[in-house]
Amino acid sequence: MLQFLIRRLSGAVVIMFLIGAFTFFLFYSIPQDFAELACGKNCSPENIAVIRENLGLDKPITTQFWEFMTGIVTGRDFPQGHCSAPCLGVSFDSDQFVWDSIKDRFPLTLSLTVGGLVIFLLFGLGTGLLAAWKRGTVVDKLVSGSSMVLSSFQIYFLGPIVLSILVYNTGWLDFPKYVDFTENPAKWFMGMLIPWAVMATIFTAQYTRMARSTMIEQLQEEHVRTARAKGMRQAYVFFRYAWRGSLIPIVTIIGMDLSALLSGAVVTEFTFDLAGIGRLAVDGSLSKDLPLTMGVMLFGAFFILILNIIVDLAYAYIDPRVRLA
Amino acid sequence: MTSPTKAEGSGPSAALDPELDSNTEPAEAAKLEGRSPGQLMWQRFKRDRTGVVSACVVIFFFVIAALAPVISALYGKDPYTLYAQEPDYPFLLDDFAMPTGSLGGISGDFWFGVEPKLGRDVFTMLLYGMRTSLFMAVVVTVFSVLTGVVIGMVSGYFGGKVDYWLGRITDFFLAFPQQLFFIAFMPVVTALFVSPTDETPTYLRAMAIILVMWFLGWMGMARLVRSSVLSLREREFVEAAKVSGASPARIVRKEILPNIVTPILVQGTYMLPSSILSIAFLSYVGVGFVEPTPDWGRMFAIGSEIYEQDPAFMFFPGVAMVIFVLTFNLLGDSVRDAFDPKTGR
Repeated sequence: MLQFLIRRLSGAVVIMFLIGAFTFFLFYSIPQDFAELACGKNCSPENIAVIRENLGLDKPITTQFWEFMTGIVTGRDFPQGHCSAPCLGVSFDSDQFVWDSIKDRFPLTLSLTVGGLVIFLLFGLGTGLLAAWKRGTVVDKLVSGSSMVLSSFQIYFLGPIVLSILVYNTGWLDFPKYVDFTENPAKWFMGMLIPWAVMATIFTAQYTRMARSTMIEQLQEEHVRTARAKGMRQAYVFFRYAWRGSLIPIVTIIGMDLSALLSGAVVTEFTFDLAGIGRLAVDGSLSKDLPLTMGVMLFGAFFILILNIIVDLAYAYIDPRVRLA
Repeated sequence: MTSPTKAEGSGPSAALDPELDSNTEPAEAAKLEGRSPGQLMWQRFKRDRTGVVSACVVIFFFVIAALAPVISALYGKDPYTLYAQEPDYPFLLDDFAMPTGSLGGISGDFWFGVEPKLGRDVFTMLLYGMRTSLFMAVVVTVFSVLTGVVIGMVSGYFGGKVDYWLGRITDFFLAFPQQLFFIAFMPVVTALFVSPTDETPTYLRAMAIILVMWFLGWMGMARLVRSSVLSLREREFVEAAKVSGASPARIVRKEILPNIVTPILVQGTYMLPSSILSIAFLSYVGVGFVEPTPDWGRMFAIGSEIYEQDPAFMFFPGVAMVIFVLTFNLLGDSVRDAFDPKTGR
């Protein structure tokens, strides 16, 4: 277990380093002076020189890269003050520490992803199981058909539809707004309800189809047939035998979908005008703000890698054949 | 997985199995009616009504996208003209720059209504937008599929160190947060070609989108091809070819490739709609295509600004996209079932 964690975490560190290097050097291949960008319009050469020194742009690129990467572990000192341990540099544009901006925006994205994940797992697996249980009946046809149609929807199309029904026409809910969980859990929940629902609908539809088909496959397995043949109760066979087996492919797919989940959260942010990590990435990239983009990319990759490790742990828990070593 | 019959037929071992091969023995084929896997697949596909209908709808989308200039010429409008400022249409937009008339200004002149604020024609905007999106998605998908197939083939066939390192590279690219990467790198990749002070021409934007999406689009295909090749590599007909002295290039081309066409095709059918959605997302966020290029995704960006006053604007692009993605996914399922009847739905 510990060995597994160490190995996976060190792998994650290597991947993060490579992603950082990739982002950094790609940015520096743009024929553009970052100091000029940071300075804005009508900038005197002296000002540009000062900014270049402040941002450390006068040093060789490899030195800058090294300072950036070591800064994540040890922290760095800037003219703006000390930037403590996970230091992702100072934004060229806003002069703020990138880590602070990410820390501000991340709770929203985290709420979206984790809340969405919980909702679509509950509903998606639930309806999938129901469809498999009632296979061939009207319920099955209804669930399969509607999930097929709903999985073809897009967040940016479904979002406005839901908003215009629930917010503008009936006034049942307020326009989604993020309130911090620690501040007011009830408001946090109500504010995130529409984004969660919209984001989860599309994923739910996909997972319904998947849960149904893996379940049906499992029900045709020989050990399930044997269990039935010896007269076990239908529900027991269904949940103890088939369900356990069909969890394995589902968890594998969840692991592969984590990146899509983060993407879904980003699209949801834009649809509902919420200021999260995705918005930060767009701001950073449109203003060619290297540290900000680096920070967001590294953080996003880190988030996915961590979730991946958690999924692998869950995998070992579900499937006793998988041993973590 | 299709049976290796076809590959055996075209490979050096053809003579071992004469009655299964309809190509080399036409006289016998007439009696026994031997069918190639392709013919079998086509027969199964024809019987699948959902599949045939979806295929027709998908073809219809491609045809109207390809014929967009012809259709808009017959229809007499284009997606660029601001019709609200034309003297022919004096009351197109009201005082709030919203379309007059119900349902977004649908009329005999403007079939799908009028765009609020600017007064462009929604029908031609959608036609040309689909044209842009479909073209881009096809290019991205073809590039990604080719890259994935080549990388998967190389690592599956050669194995060993090559396989290990290609596998690590694939894992590395899979770790990228995809959508964040697209957003973050679109401006950077564009800036590689154009100096930031100049106007970016549309074809360069298109190129940048293709590059960025291609870059993170091939990994799934590479993994799929690798695993299929791995299982085929040890099969008897491949070993027979090896023993009879066929070169690796020939084995890959004539023995292995025909047997993995099915999964590649199925995966490719699933990839196309998802690349359309990714391209649309880029334009929606504002880093993809910009005004005045007509684009499917940008119509959602326009729509999301004004849906409170004019929800009808988003209706047609949205419904068209849902239908397109839905039929394409259904088509993918049908193609899979036709190739491999064992996977019952």
